[in-house]
Amino acid sequence: MLKKRVAIQDFAAETRLFNHRAVVAMSVVAILFCVIIFNQYQLQIVSYQDYQTRSEGNRIKVMPMAPNRGLIYDRSGILLAENRPVFSLELVPEQIKDMDEVLSALAQLIDITPEQIESFLKHVKAQRRFNSIALKEQLDDTEVAILAANQHRFPGITVEARLSRHYPFGDLFTHALGYIGKINTRELQQLDEDGEAANYAASRDIGKIGLERFYQRELHGTMGYQEVEVNNRGRLIRVLRSVPAVSGQNIHLGLDVGLQLTAQQVLKDQRGAIVAMDPRDGAVLAFYSNPSYDPNLFVHGISSTNYNALLHSRDKPLFNRVTQATYPPASTIKPHLALLGLETNTITPSSKIWDPGYFMLPNVDHRFRDHISWGHGWVDIYTAVMKSCDTFFYELGVKLGIDRISEYMGKMGFGERTGIDIFEESSGIMPSRGWKRARHNQPWYLGDTVPLSIGQSYWTTTPLQLIVATAVILNEGQLATPHLVTAFSDEQNTTFHSPPLQPAIEVVDPNNWQVVRDTMHRTVKDIGGTAHKAFIGASYDAAGKTGTAQLAAIAQDAKYDAKAIDERLRDNAMYIGYAPYDNPSIVIAVALENAGGGGSNAAPIARHMLDYYFTAGVNANE
Amino acid sequence: MNEQFDSSARQSRLALFHIDGPLLLGLMLLMGFGLMILYSASGQNMIMMKAQLIRLGVALAVMVAIAQVKPQTLKRWSLPLFIAGLGLLVAVLLVGHVGKGAQRWLDLGFMKFQPSEVMKLAVPMAVAWFISSHNLPPRLWHLLVGFLMCAIPTLLIAKQPDLGTSILIATAGVFVLFMSGMSWRIIIFVAGVISAFLPVLWIFLMHDYQRQRVLTFLNPESDPLGSGYHIIQSKIAIGSGGLEGKGYLQGTQSQLEFLPERHTDFIFAVVSEEMGLLGVLVLLGVYLFIIARCMFISTQAQENYSKLVAGSFTLTFFVYVFVNIGMVSGLLPVVGVPLPLVSYGGTSMVTLMAAFGVIMSVCTHKRMLATP
Repeated sequence: MLKKRVAIQDFAAETRLFNHRAVVAMSVVAILFCVIIFNQYQLQIVSYQDYQTRSEGNRIKVMPMAPNRGLIYDRSGILLAENRPVFSLELVPEQIKDMDEVLSALAQLIDITPEQIESFLKHVKAQRRFNSIALKEQLDDTEVAILAANQHRFPGITVEARLSRHYPFGDLFTHALGYIGKINTRELQQLDEDGEAANYAASRDIGKIGLERFYQRELHGTMGYQEVEVNNRGRLIRVLRSVPAVSGQNIHLGLDVGLQLTAQQVLKDQRGAIVAMDPRDGAVLAFYSNPSYDPNLFVHGISSTNYNALLHSRDKPLFNRVTQATYPPASTIKPHLALLGLETNTITPSSKIWDPGYFMLPNVDHRFRDHISWGHGWVDIYTAVMKSCDTFFYELGVKLGIDRISEYMGKMGFGERTGIDIFEESSGIMPSRGWKRARHNQPWYLGDTVPLSIGQSYWTTTPLQLIVATAVILNEGQLATPHLVTAFSDEQNTTFHSPPLQPAIEVVDPNNWQVVRDTMHRTVKDIGGTAHKAFIGASYDAAGKTGTAQLAAIAQDAKYDAKAIDERLRDNAMYIGYAPYDNPSIVIAVALENAGGGGSNAAPIARHMLDYYFTAGVNANE
Repeated sequence: MNEQFDSSARQSRLALFHIDGPLLLGLMLLMGFGLMILYSASGQNMIMMKAQLIRLGVALAVMVAIAQVKPQTLKRWSLPLFIAGLGLLVAVLLVGHVGKGAQRWLDLGFMKFQPSEVMKLAVPMAVAWFISSHNLPPRLWHLLVGFLMCAIPTLLIAKQPDLGTSILIATAGVFVLFMSGMSWRIIIFVAGVISAFLPVLWIFLMHDYQRQRVLTFLNPESDPLGSGYHIIQSKIAIGSGGLEGKGYLQGTQSQLEFLPERHTDFIFAVVSEEMGLLGVLVLLGVYLFIIARCMFISTQAQENYSKLVAGSFTLTFFVYVFVNIGMVSGLLPVVGVPLPLVSYGGTSMVTLMAAFGVIMSVCTHKRMLATP
């Protein structure tokens, strides 16, 4: 064809044209290569630091490590709260596609109760998605083996070995130690407000009540962390840096296992409380509220069946009778009133009154009866305390007047929290004119003062308050703050903890204080003393005061008949005491609900406790 | 046969097999570099290494086989190949296998086949055949026919939909027209038409995922865990490599799998991270060497058909390199283009080496009368 021939003739021109285009093309190629190189230079040289940082941020994660919780020991170093490894089944919600399906598949492998699932789902909602959350705790060996064999089927599911709190003595120390449990939303908020949240990044448990709660900060310790390299799925590749956690401090209590066991044994099924303290420094030696319960139930989340059983039990095991129960102190406060009478010169050690078996206010028909209906006859302060003469104190109380009583007893700690190192504490009631106005919107009547003088009517105290107030008599006006913890320790150091005694009452005449202590001594020593029988043959020199608190109102001429009234309305038996008489190392209070007379019921229990304390316990030599 | 004999015995032996020594050296260097990087990028996966080796072997064999075919024969087969390719594209649309939301594959029973790969070769070859059968520079109506030959397969492939491949194929055809001496006025006019066409493309032809890619390219940080993740992680990998890199097998972005598609489309980021800017310059140097050698070969070819086909393949190869590096380093939106001869996998590697086979054929089959 013609055109083709023409093309061959133009060969040189065509080659020039093509070569020209090739040069243009290669120039563009060169320019674009320069663009790539310039961009690489920007990324790799100019912005190197920025991308280097982001690359590190990708691969390096900081993993918090929870510190080990401090241990709790009794006074002789016996472990009361320990950390034991337990295996738990944990799920990371973020890594699980279909939660319902996984849960039902797991339920086919091991026993999982609907309650556990419910509680798990509740925690899933409350926590961050990438946190590992326990579905079932305390797996047994078989369950661990089954889960390990099937783990490949369930991404996001692990069997974790963790340290878990355990209370080896079960219900023996519950009301003092309290227990720990999972941190809940409210507690998390509180930690946030306190600026403590960061330190709890790896912690799951927190003290809920008792010492575990009061000393949460000390027991918890300081979180550690690991800088780890992870891949894009967050799997740990290697550990780059590790800052170990600092374990919480161990705490050492003044409590004694033997004394606690004695308390539990002597109380048996009797509802009540026993509390003992060293009056010299306020260290609590015994702290037992009966009935008690097993705190281990709470550590891994108590089942609602168990919880309801505890909550609705008629015997109220959750109730801390040592610090929360407010009982009428009854005659146990007679020494305290006697002291006020002496110090105010209202009576003297030799003052006597005639007790016909009752007391009457002027111009009033009502008879305030003595517990001995025929009367004690002529009574001085010694007899009045020793035999617990009501009439003597009716008259003394009326002479003192409510204002002086209220003020003085307030200084001894009545109506105020003692400041013991647990939060579960009631203040009790030390009535006053102002209190009655505020509480009942009524004026204070003289007739109110009469029963108050024998620790009845509005006056209520906790057993702990009773020994604190009694210790004031022993310390001649010094008020001790009761404390369960006597020392903190870590690996290196031990710090002793002993809040100093506080001056509370000015001493007018030291002899008066000695007289009061003498009356309590005679209550135990002298034949006819209300606590005499209980302490016959004791190897130590004890002093004390009994009390019997009426719960049921008895008609003016009726007689109290324990068998005739409801068991829950029977008298409370009370006792306060201390020993040795000349140099007290222990002051004790016993409160027994609906047990009857204090001398015959509460005093023998105090005797058991003191016997143990002075003969078998660690203080046997004192 | 009219062969040009060199003084060197070794080169003559290569010439006997129609192999261009420098180009082969460049390709082998690139493949060696690619295998080394793949070993790292695949996480030392020997199964992948073996598969890639086999693939490279097959691709090399295809290249050598095609290099034996004379350019005249290739020219004669250009149009039939193009027509057969068009038929296959239509067949794909009718009975094609649907994978990843696009009809790209033709199931032949024993293997799946992607007709668009054939068209990567057939379109420039056919356009070159048509243009070279007339005088250069082409007249306007030649150009119009040329554009039409590009447009039909491009639209068919775009409909699959495979926008990336369709654009690359159109580009390959247009390169032929450009190298043939299409006047600058027309080039500017066509560029204007394409710019005007872009909104139409955006509104009517692009799928949502494609639009998303472009939006992500414009602002990757807008969706750091979704579609922006790839490009962000890729830039982190590149940037954190610095001048000297983190060391072979030491790239944290790639070894810890923060970098997605690290052994396929994003393998360039692995090079950047582990070998730094220096490693990147070496790789770019090898690419530039191959491109320059191919362009040189095309200028040395005797026939217009050979020149145009070789020139177009050369520029298309460059476009692959540029688009891949551009998308990995954030210069271009993410389109599924592998880094030629380095990325793991694919039929595209065989196609690519077939193109190099054509270039070698052009280089080594020369008529005596053309020698000066």
